[in-house]
Order: sequence, then structure tokens, then C-alpha cells
Amino acid sequence: MKHLKSLNRKARRIDGIVSSMQVAAAKQAAGDPLLDEDIVALQNQPQQRPHVPMGCALAFSPGWEVDSAGGTAGLCQPVERDIYDCYVTCFWPAQVPDHLNNYPDWASKCATATKDWRNLDLVFP
Amino acid sequence: MTATAMQTYTLGEFHQFEGGGRRFLYLVPAGAIFEMDEAVATVIGLLKQGRAAHDDLVGRVAAKGFSFADADELVTELSRARVIVGEDYVKAPLDPPPADFPLQSLVMNLTNQCNLSCTYCYEFGEDKVATPEGKPKFMDLPTAKASVDFLLSQSSGRNTVHITFFGGETLMNFPLLKQVVTYATERATEQGRGIDFSLTTNATLLTPAIIEFLSENKIGVTVSMDGPADLHDKLRVFSNGKGSYEMIAPRVKALIQGHRTRPITARVTLTNAVTDVLRIYKHLKHDLGFHEVGFAPVTTSPDRLYSINERGMDGVLDDFHKLADEYLEYALRGEMHGFSNVSDTIAELIQGVNKSHPCGAALGLLGVGPSGDIAPCHRFVDSDTHSLGNIATGVDREKQADFLNRGHVNNKYDCQTCWARPLCAGGCHHEAFVRYGDTGHANLHYCDWIRDWTDTCLRIYGTISAHNPEFLEQFAERKALN
Repeated sequence: MKHLKSLNRKARRIDGIVSSMQVAAAKQAAGDPLLDEDIVALQNQPQQRPHVPMGCALAFSPGWEVDSAGGTAGLCQPVERDIYDCYVTCFWPAQVPDHLNNYPDWASKCATATKDWRNLDLVFP
Repeated sequence: MTATAMQTYTLGEFHQFEGGGRRFLYLVPAGAIFEMDEAVATVIGLLKQGRAAHDDLVGRVAAKGFSFADADELVTELSRARVIVGEDYVKAPLDPPPADFPLQSLVMNLTNQCNLSCTYCYEFGEDKVATPEGKPKFMDLPTAKASVDFLLSQSSGRNTVHITFFGGETLMNFPLLKQVVTYATERATEQGRGIDFSLTTNATLLTPAIIEFLSENKIGVTVSMDGPADLHDKLRVFSNGKGSYEMIAPRVKALIQGHRTRPITARVTLTNAVTDVLRIYKHLKHDLGFHEVGFAPVTTSPDRLYSINERGMDGVLDDFHKLADEYLEYALRGEMHGFSNVSDTIAELIQGVNKSHPCGAALGLLGVGPSGDIAPCHRFVDSDTHSLGNIATGVDREKQADFLNRGHVNNKYDCQTCWARPLCAGGCHHEAFVRYGDTGHANLHYCDWIRDWTDTCLRIYGTISAHNPEFLEQFAERKALN
């Protein structure tokens, strides 16, 4: 690197990565199809990068409310079912961890939402 | 158009510091240290005013006197090194350590008995976590041998392993220590591996024969000692209240005189009445001749009379700064200073550590008590609450995973925005338990102090790397993994 001088081992590793990116970018500029940060066909197996799925409200769902007795026991679906709506069917913009890339195991301890929902933990990205 | 050209940048996560007339960056998510030039400072200055799109940023950098091509290259370099990041940048969480992390060190508490009654003792004092009732007071040979075998079997892939002897007062079970050294050396040699030893002692029971044994077997020695007599004797007392300085001073001198194969270090516990760091250092280093002196504030719940209040800690830190300045003067002359708090931090900065956990407890290090009970480290030995199994039955992996999961820096909310977390990772599990009742709680009572101290050590590191970089090389192996 030109502007940053590495002073410890970790810095030297970063220097190595940045230098290889520079080489790749130079090849690209010279017409070599090895790309740095451009659009890459999936069959070329691009490096996995963080991806934030874009959830959206395509359909309106009332989610959970209350049953005829004013509680939640008699609902057709358990209230905890709602927790999963946001990444399975994508129509409730609740704040759940990104289940596709960064926290694939987020719900792995929660086999049955009505019983195990307490195992759904917070994450700190 | 490439993704880079469409990017909108903000500042990445770093801590800036200066030293020796130069400017540096400590890149937090990596633990990397860079010296930066004026151009980098320009970009950082511009982004401090607010986010900027790639072309806009390049244009504004160019307006400061760079060619467009140079400005573009500069911005791209900083983006690739993550000094500046795109708006969609997501910090990757630290991975948990592998489940089969091989053991490196075993701390063997040869006895839980002690001939002193130091007021602040975490094993017997008011904040103790140990529950030794009904358990053996001295480790026996079969348990010790099983512990050695355990260490060797659980450390596959390591060329060298380490045993630390601990107590209670370690030397109250010196006969066993001798047997363990012989046995462990034989077993390690059979496997073609290295093993080394160290011990911590209050020095009251040192004899010429013991000193000779320690020297012959290259056993590292740390002496718990709090300074000159008037300070040392405040809390390091016999059960009748009499101070122990008079008894240990000649023994310590004999140890330093007679033990020539490993450096002898002193470990000072700072308390309310014992905060004169400069005088303590001077006495231990220059009057007694210790090779290194390390300081740590006492672990205690905040309401103990001997705990250090905030003002006391500020005074301690002032003294630390003075000693650190002296350290730097020595280093620039190429001489080694004995203030081990600085040396230890430099050793970690050289590696660029980025810790998932504050220390190796329950990872590469375990403690084992006289009963054979396994603990995350020596501070939890003999505590039923924190037991991770027994040497006869092995590590309880579920309990170990629970301990490690709690202690992981990802699970400490307060640490997520702190730039000192690569080195601190929330601080000592035991201290957290004593203060907050949870080993996984961040040690919030010393955050400011840790940040101040880390900054001090970074500035020392930067200054040395600017003016005497060869000096740093000797630290490369101090905490190296092997």
C-alpha cells in the first residue's frame, strides 16, 4: 500500500490482501476478465459477501392479535409464529437477524416456536 | 460502472493516535496498526464532516492538491483496507473459537492451603468463589499425574505445553511439585514435545535447596509482593496480623541471586492503601532486583474497604503514565525496562490480536484443583458453581461451551462500540463474576481506564516503531502461539 505503512502482523496481512486486490484490478483494467468489485456471474463463484435481504410488505397480514377471550391461546396460529414471518414469507418488517448470510444458525435452537422461542437470542452485528 | 465508483463512504472503525511526531491508525475490527501519511489524514478529515460518494470524495481530495488518479487510488486503497467503508458495510462478527481448541497451559493448584492470610485473597477473602469444604486440601500424586496426562492428551498439535503451579501457597506442596516436574518432563520427552513450568509463590517458604531445584529445572517464578515493607505489610499478613515482608525479603534476594535460568517477576496487587506505583516499582526493581514488575488492581466488590475508588485509580494511572514514559526512554535507547504491563501489551499489539475472549481461560488454559476438579482458570478452582468437570472424567463440554458463550465479546453489548475491545474483550471473567455475578458481564468499572492505558501503549508502540523498530522484534515470541 502507498499511504498506509503496516506496523504489526495483522496490518501486514491486510497489506497482502489489498495488494492482491490491486493486482486483480490492474488485470481488469488491462482487459483481463478477473474482476474486482464488478458484477460477477454466479458460476464464477464470487467471494461471499454480507448480504442484507430486502424484506417488503407484499401482503397485509394481521400477525397476531387476541382471541375471542382476550388472550392469545385460541388463535389459529401461535403468536410466536409471527417471529418467523419476516424472513420466511417476508411480509412483516420485524427486526430479526439476517438468517441467510450472517446468522444462519440464529433459529437453530428453536425447533418449535411455541416452546422454544426463548432460545431466540439477540445478535450484535 | 464498478461497485466502487457507486459507493458512498463513511469512516471505518479505528482509533487515531500519535507518537514520535507521526500519526497512526489502530484498525479496530482487525487489530491492525498502520502509520498513515498526510493524504490519509486528509481523507479522514473530509469524511469527518459527513459521508461522501466516491466521485465526490475523490474530487474533494483532488482539490487539496492531488491528481485525480492519485486521489482515486488513495480512496480505493483506504476502502480496501476498510479504513473507510461503504454504507452497506456490515461488520463480520468474530467467529467462536473451534470446539476442539487444543490446551496450551494447565494451572495446577497443588494445595488450597496458605500460610498467609492476605486480606484481599480471592481464594479465602470476603469475595471468594471457592467452596473447598469437604475437598482434599493437598493434591495427591495420582491426581497430579492424571492432570499431566490430561494436558498432554488435550494439547495435540502443540509442540510445547506449559504447567503453572499455583495455590494456596504453592510451596506448601513442594514435594509434589518436584514429582510432577520429573513425571511431566519424562512424558513430554517420550512424545518428543517440550514442556515448561512456572510457579507463583508468596516466597515465605523458599530455601536454598528449593531455589536450586527451580533454577536447575528452569522453572519461572512469580512472587506475589506488594512493595516495600510499609506497603507490603498492610494486607499481606500472617494469620496473627503480622506482616510478611521481613520474612520474604532475604528469601527473594536469595532467589534472584540463585535462580539464573529464568527471569524472576513480581506481581503487585494494588489496593486502597497501596497505590504508590512509582515507589513500589523502584523498590522491587532496583532495591530487590526483580527482572520485571507487573501491577493489577485488586479484584473485589466495590464496597470492600481495601478496594480502590475512582480517585485512587486516577492516581494509579498517573503513576502508570510516568513509568510508561520511563519505559519509552529505555526502549528508544534499546534497553529493556521492567514494567511488564507495557511489555505484555506490546507483545499483543505486535501480533495484532483481536480477541473473542479476554483470556485463554477454558480455551487454551484450564485450572485443576487438589480434588482434580477442572476450572476455567486458577481463580475459579474449587468453586462448585464454576466447575467444568473433573480430571478423572474429562471436561464437561456443555458447561465449557456455556462459559465461553457468555464470555464471548460478541455477547457483551457494551463492548461493541469500544475501540479497545480487540485487546480487552470485556476483561477478566473472574473480576466480572465478583463485580456483577456473571462471568460474561463486561467489566464496565474499568472501561475508561483500559482505553486510556491501551492508548498509552499504542503511542509507545508507534513511537518505538518510528524511531527504534528493531526493539520490538524481541517481543514477537513473548506471547507467540506455538
